Amino acid sequence: MHMVVLTKGVPDFREGQVSFDEDGHLERGKTPTVMNPNDRFALEAALQTRVRHGGRVSVMSMGPPGYKEVLQEAMETVYADDLHLVSDREMAAADTWATAITLSAGIETLGEPDVVFAGFKTADGETGHTGPQTNWCLDMPLVTHVISLDIDEEAGTLRAKRLVEGDIEEIETVETELPAFVVADPEFEPSYRTAGERLTLKDLREETRARAQNYEEHLTVRDHADINVDPDYIGLDGSPTIVSSVDPIPKAPAEREATMVDPDDTGAMQDVLTAMQSAVGDGDAGDAAAAGGD
Amino acid sequence: MSDYEHYEALVVGAGPGGAAAAATFANYGIETLVLERGVEAGSKNVSGGLIYAEESAPYTIDDLFPGFREAAAERPITKYRIHNIAGDKVESFDLTDLHEHDTEWSDSVLRRKMDSWLEDRVHERTRETGGGLLTGVHVNGLLREEGRIVGVTLDELDPITADIIVAADGVNSELARDAGLMDWDEPDEWFQGVKAVVDMPEDTIADRFDVAEDEGAAHLFSGDLFEGVRGGGFLYTNRDTLSLGTVFHLDSLVAEQAEPHELLDGLLTHPLLAQWLGDDYTELEYSAKLVPDSKKVALREPHFGRLLLVGDAAGQMQAQGPIIKGMNHAVTAGALAAESYAQAKSRNEPEKAGTRYARKLRNEGVMKKLRPRGYELLRGVAEDDGVTNVVDTVLTSAVGRAGVRALSGRLERLYNVPTLSALMPDTRTPYVTLPTVIAEELGTRVRDESSVTPPDLEARIGGLTYDTDIGSPHITLRDESYEASGAAVAACPVSAVDFGGGCYREEVVRTNGSEERVVSLDTQPCVECGTCAVVADTDWSHPRGDKGVEFKWG
Repeated sequence: MHMVVLTKGVPDFREGQVSFDEDGHLERGKTPTVMNPNDRFALEAALQTRVRHGGRVSVMSMGPPGYKEVLQEAMETVYADDLHLVSDREMAAADTWATAITLSAGIETLGEPDVVFAGFKTADGETGHTGPQTNWCLDMPLVTHVISLDIDEEAGTLRAKRLVEGDIEEIETVETELPAFVVADPEFEPSYRTAGERLTLKDLREETRARAQNYEEHLTVRDHADINVDPDYIGLDGSPTIVSSVDPIPKAPAEREATMVDPDDTGAMQDVLTAMQSAVGDGDAGDAAAAGGD
Repeated sequence: MSDYEHYEALVVGAGPGGAAAAATFANYGIETLVLERGVEAGSKNVSGGLIYAEESAPYTIDDLFPGFREAAAERPITKYRIHNIAGDKVESFDLTDLHEHDTEWSDSVLRRKMDSWLEDRVHERTRETGGGLLTGVHVNGLLREEGRIVGVTLDELDPITADIIVAADGVNSELARDAGLMDWDEPDEWFQGVKAVVDMPEDTIADRFDVAEDEGAAHLFSGDLFEGVRGGGFLYTNRDTLSLGTVFHLDSLVAEQAEPHELLDGLLTHPLLAQWLGDDYTELEYSAKLVPDSKKVALREPHFGRLLLVGDAAGQMQAQGPIIKGMNHAVTAGALAAESYAQAKSRNEPEKAGTRYARKLRNEGVMKKLRPRGYELLRGVAEDDGVTNVVDTVLTSAVGRAGVRALSGRLERLYNVPTLSALMPDTRTPYVTLPTVIAEELGTRVRDESSVTPPDLEARIGGLTYDTDIGSPHITLRDESYEASGAAVAACPVSAVDFGGGCYREEVVRTNGSEERVVSLDTQPCVECGTCAVVADTDWSHPRGDKGVEFKWG
């Protein structure tokens, strides 16, 4: 099995990491780049497939040279064999369409993978387009919102459970032929129910530890010529999407009035209790609070 | 035959017993899978802290794991003393002869460091056989087919079958109980130990204990400092920490309604310890463990079908007065169990592995140490309450006291006779009365004052690391009445009367004018010692893999 996982570097939106200027614009220079959090599920899905069926995992990203470290992070997560960055100036400012063309051309230089994995939405663009659009270029069967996955190598088929319309309440099982394109849902949970799988996982972790330290030896950087695409179809020139402006969304006003209470202030806590009691309308709240108070 | 994952040998638990079994299987080229429920081997383990290599033992830990002492142990124990205490009077005996009897070496250890070191080696060696070691996997019972044991069931994995299963899953072995070989019924079959690991720089240890870099000290304590509860205390020097603890008969703890953590505090704050603890007491970890009393529970036939029990799971813990040996027996038993299977298999009779293992335990002298014949013979008389009362009355009388004084020159020598320790009955006489009288009659007053303020139970629990399995408690109360389960409130090492932050609490429920004393349980602070399985009416199991308490020192 040969698996390719797509990933992207995104601003680290976690509190304390992300930085905005006065106008609410993201300050890219002050905000570290990390692997897109949702891509973890695509990586987990690829890893599970590799543990069960063996083979090779390649991770690919399109972006500036700084994304190398994102690929290193991906290698540590998925115990990848090789890393691929498609990167040159011609690719800058691409929308999802131009990105899809670039990535699909990149994937084609790797041969004919059995499964391509992508995550669900990036933390910055939030479009959810890039995976399916890349597959539109590759023209494989596409399964999105995948939460679990089984492959029958002999039959050459992939069977997946997926959320219908992304709804956790509605799950369907679909089967398709390989090669296929899988978009992993954030609800994806890898499952390792045999000791053999867990021992393989442990071996892979051990092997990867050394590999991830010298990840650059396993990294190939390609420009548009290497992947054989016309610069007119990629980057800004190849992007039909025009972003006219970005406006901050005003904070919605709180709908309820809230009063802050210091839990050490016995009087104020008593007021809370009284308010709760009157809200409930009988003495039960008082008993419950007393029982929980020791 | 169902389509289960299969390994030739399965070892449950990666403590010293499991490690020894796995290494021996690997030496015979047998495909071996080792399953450990902790996040790392050692994270669920507590021991007082001394491991022995006995001259008479067929296997020792450093035979099986070269480099063990240098890499995984703390200090060689070169001084061994017991202190008889009555109030502030102390009479100390040197027990180094007893300690060195049949001893090739003895080192203090901390289990997280020791067992995790073993884990790496065990994984490496068993991986070569096609198996390996997995952590975070909880084996919860036996898999049977047509009434025969064929494998195990697990929380995290699908059932696994094996030709031989070594249960090295500790004092609360779920496999031993599933097989009906062990129970949690009688408090007098168990000890409970609690321990504090205390921070102390290496040079301070050298000063206060007068030991060089490759030396260490062990001190035992008995007498009247534990409120009459049968048991004693210990202090062992590690590389740059101390292990201090107390161990009591569980039936005695229950009878006296004593709080284990307070008894530990009684030791920590005794003036005798001021010379060692100084005024800079920093406790790194509080822990607890149930200890089987091999004299009563060590199984003579620790096997059933394909299942072989080793170590604490088989009750192989020798606690006879000042002789405290468990890990070495687990190592010997683990290796013998694996060897028994390998030999039985080569004779084409693998089903005889169990009887072969039991025979080896006898022939190699292990059973004789675990269940001394003299104790069995004397027990009927010596543990009779009437006899104990008479002996104690005589001992505390003028006559007894005169006797102790007359023996004074020879008492230390008598304490050093191994066969006498093995005979020691489980009564208050040797644990409390005799040491108290010795201290009263022969002791000298300690002038030091203790400035140690041990942390309270809340702080001790707060200092532990837990990964709580929210919503699925591993212990449930079967009977919440005070009569059935109330003893746990005091006896549980992380509970106390009038303490709301522990596992067990006493509550009064008022319904329609009547009052009922009940016990409630919150397993969050649980240290998985198993005390409540014995003294309360519970459904007891270990938490799932990786969950529950994680000891950093052990």
